[in-house]
Amino acid sequence: MNITRRDFNKLLVSGIAGSTLGIFGGARSAFAAQNRVVVIGGGFGGASAAKYLKKLDPSLSVTLVEPKAAYITCPFSNWVLAGMKTMDEITQTYATLASRYGIEIVVDTAVAIEASRSTVTLKSGKVLNYDRLIVSPGIEFRWDAIPGYSQSVAETKMPHAYIAGPQTELLHSQLRSMKNGGTVLICPPAMPFRCPPGPYERASLIAYYLKEQKPRSKILILDPKDKFSKQALFLKGWDRLYPGMIEWRGAAAGGKVQSVDASEMTVTTELDVVKGDVINFIPPQTAGKIAVDSGLTNASGWCPINPVSFESTLHPGIHVIGDACVAGAMPKSGFAASSQGKVTAAAIIRLLRGQVPVSPSLVNTCYSLLAPAYGVSVAGVYRLSTEGIVEIPGSGGLTPIDATDDQLNQEAMFARGWYNNIVKDIWG
Amino acid sequence: MTSRYQILLSVCLVSPALFCASLDAVAERKLRTPVAKVVDVDPRGQVLALSCAGCHGTDGKSAGIIPDIYGKSPDYIESALKDFRSGVRTSSVMGRHAKGYSDEEIHLIAQYFGALQEINK
Repeated sequence: MNITRRDFNKLLVSGIAGSTLGIFGGARSAFAAQNRVVVIGGGFGGASAAKYLKKLDPSLSVTLVEPKAAYITCPFSNWVLAGMKTMDEITQTYATLASRYGIEIVVDTAVAIEASRSTVTLKSGKVLNYDRLIVSPGIEFRWDAIPGYSQSVAETKMPHAYIAGPQTELLHSQLRSMKNGGTVLICPPAMPFRCPPGPYERASLIAYYLKEQKPRSKILILDPKDKFSKQALFLKGWDRLYPGMIEWRGAAAGGKVQSVDASEMTVTTELDVVKGDVINFIPPQTAGKIAVDSGLTNASGWCPINPVSFESTLHPGIHVIGDACVAGAMPKSGFAASSQGKVTAAAIIRLLRGQVPVSPSLVNTCYSLLAPAYGVSVAGVYRLSTEGIVEIPGSGGLTPIDATDDQLNQEAMFARGWYNNIVKDIWG
Repeated sequence: MTSRYQILLSVCLVSPALFCASLDAVAERKLRTPVAKVVDVDPRGQVLALSCAGCHGTDGKSAGIIPDIYGKSPDYIESALKDFRSGVRTSSVMGRHAKGYSDEEIHLIAQYFGALQEINK
């Protein structure tokens, strides 16, 4: 089942052949100055890459560019909506990456990448030179995809709450001020999008809050898809925990939203016009803005990469990780981004030393909570094949559908343990 | 390339020993951070083992309910992973992960954690 050396070599050079850098572009002699790696984006992918670059090779110069002084994690932001976590508890800082790991933290926005000159220009006007660049910009919303929706509608009336922060707080406050007996609409996008189980965990935890505080309320999920992540586990859990409270309408039942009207607080589906007291509209997405602006995306709106090193197939010397990249069978999750960050760090260190990267091993573990003592998970282990990154047959998979209450409670406890460890592994 | 870099390069060419000595001094200062121990292990083992940290913590040192890997012997780690894989040991998620690794890969992961502990002794 393992990939042959010849296949590996083919994958290794995919997209790089003919570039000015070559496979070992950026490798320096022993007498050269310190190798410089710049990382754009301090989320799960970028912060992991920066930390592991320095951890595995302290001689590197690593600069992390991130516009926010503190990072609020999307994972566990649904817990905030249920009143189970505070915003402070899901806020991470860069202090340890700077003080303990010697990473230069630059609080600024990357506005341009000049691949031919190996430079990054920041909003402040500062220009950074790099030997290798890692771009981990997360997602950007396609504001024009749905008539009636816009960034200003998101910021005032219909929060997406899909980049954690003020959007999370807006949705939280709308839920708190909603009347008992109100309707919450959740409108997820089609695949691919960030955190595939996210909207359904959100429905679960909003239901948990409503059941306690406003039990006559309803949640309607209007979905352009016919299936969704962990579907059987969610549907079973909703029946058990919140009978009659959550309705999921898939594409076949006319769940696809055609347009929204912020002043009327309605969404229009293929079948009808639906009014919501709270409307959580999650727009379709692309790779983060800097990736789009720098020509790192293809027609799909996402960034194609060489699966050995996550080096862009469009611009050599630039590696794209996390939600922004097309990583084969891997979902767009924080855990996947972190795994990619580590693999990319290890690959870059070898490339800078003139060595061939080792075949990557990637992993995903994603917990969703349906109630404080009711958790489910999905796991995946990934490797290289001639088709790129594939899930290893027979590995991974879901919490068993017949899991006992004890097992579901254990999953919920592990979800908390998972969060504590992954944020410490990345920012601590 | 910046002019600063060109200057450094030319200094280096004129007096590589001097330049490298000063670089070493810089490197040594940086090496005093607690994370600077470079682990000399099979690079494949390293890449495989880095996956574990996402749930078990950096270097397998866990902050919460998820068990530590750090501090356990390579033999223990190897047999535990094989038992999770076969289902001899029950688990919530570990068995699903362990099924993704061959005997050889499990051995490399166990050796990596063993080497980490050796270096930190």
